[in-house]
Amino acid sequence: MPSPARFWLGAHLRLVYLFLYVPIAVLMVLSFNRAGLPTAWTGFSLKWYGALAESQAIINAALNTLIVAVISTVLATLLGALLAVGMEYRRRGPGLEAMLFAPMIIPDIVLAIALLSFFTLLDFTLGLHSIILSHVVFNIAFVCAVVRTRLRSFDWAVFEASVDLGASEATTFRRIILPMIFPGVLAGAMLAFTLSVDEFIIAYFTAGAGQSSTTLPMQIYSMIRFGVTPEINAMATVVMLVSFTLVLLAQRANKGVVGV
Amino acid sequence: MSERPTVIAIEGLTKRFGEITAVDAVDLDLRENEFFALLGPSGCGKTTLLRMIAGFTGPDAGRILLDGRDMTPVRPNRRPVNLMFQSYALFPHMTVTQNIAYGLEMEGCGRDEIRRRVGEMLEMTELSPLKDRKPEHLSGGQRQRVALARALVKRPRVLLLDEPLGALDKKLREQMQLELKRMQHEVGITFVIVTHDQEEALVMADRIAVLKDGRVMQVGAPRELYEYPASRFVAGFIGKMNFFAGQGRGAEVAFGDGVLTGTAPGGVELAGPAVAAVRPERLRLAPQRPEGSLNAVPGRIVDIAYHGQDLNVHVEVRGAVDSAGGEAGARVLVRLPAGEAEEGDWQAGQDVWCCWAPAHTRVLAM
Repeated sequence: MPSPARFWLGAHLRLVYLFLYVPIAVLMVLSFNRAGLPTAWTGFSLKWYGALAESQAIINAALNTLIVAVISTVLATLLGALLAVGMEYRRRGPGLEAMLFAPMIIPDIVLAIALLSFFTLLDFTLGLHSIILSHVVFNIAFVCAVVRTRLRSFDWAVFEASVDLGASEATTFRRIILPMIFPGVLAGAMLAFTLSVDEFIIAYFTAGAGQSSTTLPMQIYSMIRFGVTPEINAMATVVMLVSFTLVLLAQRANKGVVGV
Repeated sequence: MSERPTVIAIEGLTKRFGEITAVDAVDLDLRENEFFALLGPSGCGKTTLLRMIAGFTGPDAGRILLDGRDMTPVRPNRRPVNLMFQSYALFPHMTVTQNIAYGLEMEGCGRDEIRRRVGEMLEMTELSPLKDRKPEHLSGGQRQRVALARALVKRPRVLLLDEPLGALDKKLREQMQLELKRMQHEVGITFVIVTHDQEEALVMADRIAVLKDGRVMQVGAPRELYEYPASRFVAGFIGKMNFFAGQGRGAEVAFGDGVLTGTAPGGVELAGPAVAAVRPERLRLAPQRPEGSLNAVPGRIVDIAYHGQDLNVHVEVRGAVDSAGGEAGARVLVRLPAGEAEEGDWQAGQDVWCCWAPAHTRVLAM
């Protein structure tokens, strides 16, 4: 018999997890409900997943989301990782530090409006490319933060050791620094990818008018204006599974600590 | 020892960090196949000097010549000099073999040559059984050997070692001191070691440069520095030393009622405050003032400590200054071989005379 304190702590933990996951579980269950209504269970069916696969609008949106997520992740990871190395190698002032965190902290809606005004000012045609650029903006900050935790305990002497042994700076980055921080870079990339996949506000503001640059969250939003349909449940389940897997992988990647 | 040819000539090398001059107009000659130690307290500029030779820190003035060629514009990855880092800086994602091979790959050596030279190095450092391990699965001593092998495999003209034994425990350190010396003999490469540990420098080095506040105080063989220190700082920094302060005149120091005679460095005629310095093992005790030409000062035994092979007797002498730079009335350390002195011979509280030969006395400016 565990002590009362342990018992209550355990109960509390279970309740918190229930609170977090029951709604998601309900959504997942309903996506397999034969009837279209969330009120009654009428039997197991995969027909909503079928409907999902047949909806051209949803497939287009999913493709757009994938394009945005992949390209913005690659760009943000590249820039964010380099930024992290630069910031840690030579410590900068607190002002620069704070500015680096800004895209993570300021509300999405503010960033969205700012980016929209900026693009308009430049007379920049909006579309997928503007969503990509906007996602790169906030993702750089996230990638940088993740990679920097990795570099905190980094022994910079290995950098000098590599140069001392005859390597150029570029070779040193490729052969020594990158492999050592790779788990962090991978974790940062996966985080960036998930953030990009389910990002709505900024994408909505910077997508422009055309249907062609609609992303998945925007598509879902436009669909639920006419009520939650079971297709959306199915789609949400798919998106959630993808995000969940990526987050798990990211955590795993960042755990296997290299470095002595 | 015959004079060996110079490998690295350092001329007027100076480095400032803001207001502080870390290295101040240093001139040094590092010779072929010697074990050279840069010795000094922390902050004396020894590591900065080492990093300038490696090329990681640029000098503000002066130059470094390697085989007569000015190294100043040469980047660290192009210098035929390798540095063994204090933290060893092994590449954690590579095995022992990969770590050692890295420098040869950078040189563009062929695969067969790399395999052969890495194999030789593994053999010499007795790392062969560990060659596929990653650094995290090695002990401190093993890591140190990998770091050494990784630098030596490049066959540099000069190997620089930054406090190479600092991270090891005392027993391992003593073992590695001899090991390093053996390897230096075996490879015939000039080793330049940075250390703050005077004992380490004495044991390992062929020659030592003692540094203080960015300046070279004295360069010489260990025995030379120990027996004939050229300044009060060197005398106090290397080994234990007793100082007797007084008015200096020629090679004499007026102390108490008498005069202490010795030799002054380079026959310098002293005038002004000076010290007569003598090693603890050169002192002997006598119940009365001895006859003859010995230097002698009166005092009272305050403490006797038995150390196995010798007996450390602390004698309070008015006006003595110990190596820590204490005030008047400080203690003098007399180290008597245990074979010569029976334990009952001397007692605390006893009035004695400390005496020693003028030949073992160094007269130095204050």
